[in-house]
Amino acid sequence: MTKWLEENTPKLVLAPSFIAVLIFVYGFIAWTAWVSLTRSRLLPRYDIEGFIQYERLFASPRWDTALNNLFIFGILFIVIAMVLGLVLAILLDQNIRTEGAIRTIYLYPMALSMIVTGTAWKWILNPGLGVEAMVRGWGFESFTFDWLVNPEMAIYTIVLAAIWQSSGFVMALFLAGLRSVDGEIIKAAQVDGIPTWRIYTAIIIPSMAPIFLSAFIVLSHLAIKSFDLVIALTGGGPGYATDLPATYMYAMAFSRGDIGQAASSAMIMMMVVFAIVVPYLYSELRSKDD
Amino acid sequence: MKSVFFGAVSATALIASAVYAEPQAEVLHWWTSGGEAKSVAVLQEEFAAKGGTWTDMPVAGGGGDAAMTALRARVLSGNAPTAVQLKGPAIQEWYEEGVLADISSVAEAQGWADVLPASIAGHMKCEGTWCAAPVNVHRVDWIWANADVLEANGIEMPTTWDEFNAAAEKLDAAGIIPLAHGGQAWQDATVFEAVALGILGPDGFRKAFVDLDMDTLKSDEMKAVFDQMRTMRGFVDDNFSGRDWNLATAMVMNGEAAFQIMGDWAKGEFMAAGKVPGEDFLCASVPGDGFLYNVDSFAMFDVDGDDKKAGQELLAELIVGQNFQKVFNLNKGSIPARTDVSLDEFDSCALKSAEDMTASSDNGSLLPSYAHGMALRGAQAGAITDVVTAHFNSDMSSDEAVNMLADAVANSM
Repeated sequence: MTKWLEENTPKLVLAPSFIAVLIFVYGFIAWTAWVSLTRSRLLPRYDIEGFIQYERLFASPRWDTALNNLFIFGILFIVIAMVLGLVLAILLDQNIRTEGAIRTIYLYPMALSMIVTGTAWKWILNPGLGVEAMVRGWGFESFTFDWLVNPEMAIYTIVLAAIWQSSGFVMALFLAGLRSVDGEIIKAAQVDGIPTWRIYTAIIIPSMAPIFLSAFIVLSHLAIKSFDLVIALTGGGPGYATDLPATYMYAMAFSRGDIGQAASSAMIMMMVVFAIVVPYLYSELRSKDD
Repeated sequence: MKSVFFGAVSATALIASAVYAEPQAEVLHWWTSGGEAKSVAVLQEEFAAKGGTWTDMPVAGGGGDAAMTALRARVLSGNAPTAVQLKGPAIQEWYEEGVLADISSVAEAQGWADVLPASIAGHMKCEGTWCAAPVNVHRVDWIWANADVLEANGIEMPTTWDEFNAAAEKLDAAGIIPLAHGGQAWQDATVFEAVALGILGPDGFRKAFVDLDMDTLKSDEMKAVFDQMRTMRGFVDDNFSGRDWNLATAMVMNGEAAFQIMGDWAKGEFMAAGKVPGEDFLCASVPGDGFLYNVDSFAMFDVDGDDKKAGQELLAELIVGQNFQKVFNLNKGSIPARTDVSLDEFDSCALKSAEDMTASSDNGSLLPSYAHGMALRGAQAGAITDVVTAHFNSDMSSDEAVNMLADAVANSM
């Protein structure tokens, strides 16, 4: 008996959470996939009708806008946040005196919720209240900075606010990575008279590859599930110019009583996530086999 | 009348269970802000005075979206509330899910058919049986104006869209924002339907936004509607994106802007600021014939138990009762749905609204508002709003807009 317990305790302890995950994550993914194939409106129905919801989805100009916005937002957000985070980390890594204080200052935006970030930036970017009004107040009457109300540019305000929020966090990740590089190698390079920038590009950054991957995964899932920032900053507007797949799904499910559309858009979002995560998992698992 | 009804209720209760069941009602609504909460409290008090037990279930947020989510969860778990704040075609949508109750006995005993305008009564019926009780009538196609600004610029309240455009250009030249507007999709849609009613006329409006007639949606008149929307875009200040409607109303109030096109909940803002209709601010229907209504109502859900059924019937009777209709609408700024309520205490805008409602009901131009979910189901109305707001917030041409409109409507079916 005790032997049996000894062998099976881990399984027993893990079982409830395993079952919960199975039902509440994978079960509901399957449910959503099912509903996305039906003509569900207000309440879910279960008669399969084929791919009609996906056809409707891709015929909708609003979904096109949402998907385009996801790519613009995702790529700019991830790339700029990582570059900015890396530069900040390298600058902080120069053994400066007030590093602790500065690190905290850069990390603080992460402590705010996206709603607060969105609301604050909404006021800062509002042409009548924020930056534009301020610069005009200084006497530059022709100054315009109306990205927030310009449908062509509004998506970039979301990129701006998201980068402001997250680049400090990326900096902290990279800083930890920089510190974990073996000091002996760096010293050896310095003895050999290699310039500092070469030490970074040829030794330190390449040895931080796993950190880049983690930062990328964290940022990309932030980008795909972005919802509260859009709601607070632009409300999806002007028009629906800053809609993202998540806000589209919310509008369909909760405002319009079109559950079938919401389910099909959720499935597409999941496929986008898979497109990023599967290669990652593949490379992770393969490297363990080696 | 009431005692007869009560007799009937207790008689059925006696037959069913041989015990008189105390009326119970669980009411799901999203009237949680100041004036609205006060209005619901009136109903609660009346309900309690008749010996009922009221379980309040207010769900705030998202203009009712949160409440609808709560409702979905309750219905799916087989435990629907007694009455739910629902309106327009959403009532029929829920009926089709097979979860609404039949309250025809109350409606017939109270003679609802005689006191409600026919087109509003139509929303309260599900395939011939009564399934919901109307609370109020908001008029949507109002144009509000700052009286002093109009006088100072020598402008009369416009009666055609050309007059409106001329007045707006004059105001623009005088450095006043002609049209106070908030760039949110539903506000764009509110202005759009007011313009559409004026240009398409009541029949055209019905064909386009009730029957979804493709020819009307693609017609030259519809292009003219989008042309006028493009003109209106020029009368709005640059900073309108995302502005809430009450801030736009405040712009009219303090003379920063001259006009606002908004439903009569805007009147509540003027009144709350101590402004007097006819003196400080003016109300008029938008240019053109017709009357667009937004009727709040309570749909009655199928519930088990005599106490709940009794509560449901009592609630329905009280909602359409003269006293509640008067008190509630005085608080909320709308007008009673029933036409035989004394309007002595109502203001001049409400009187005009009531008069127009009766007149338009007689000549068939009493129409449901599409922008406020009275004319169409969520998916179709949303598809139209997407096009309207995309057009208003970009440089899309009217030709493109009507084609997009027809495609979007077809795709939403």
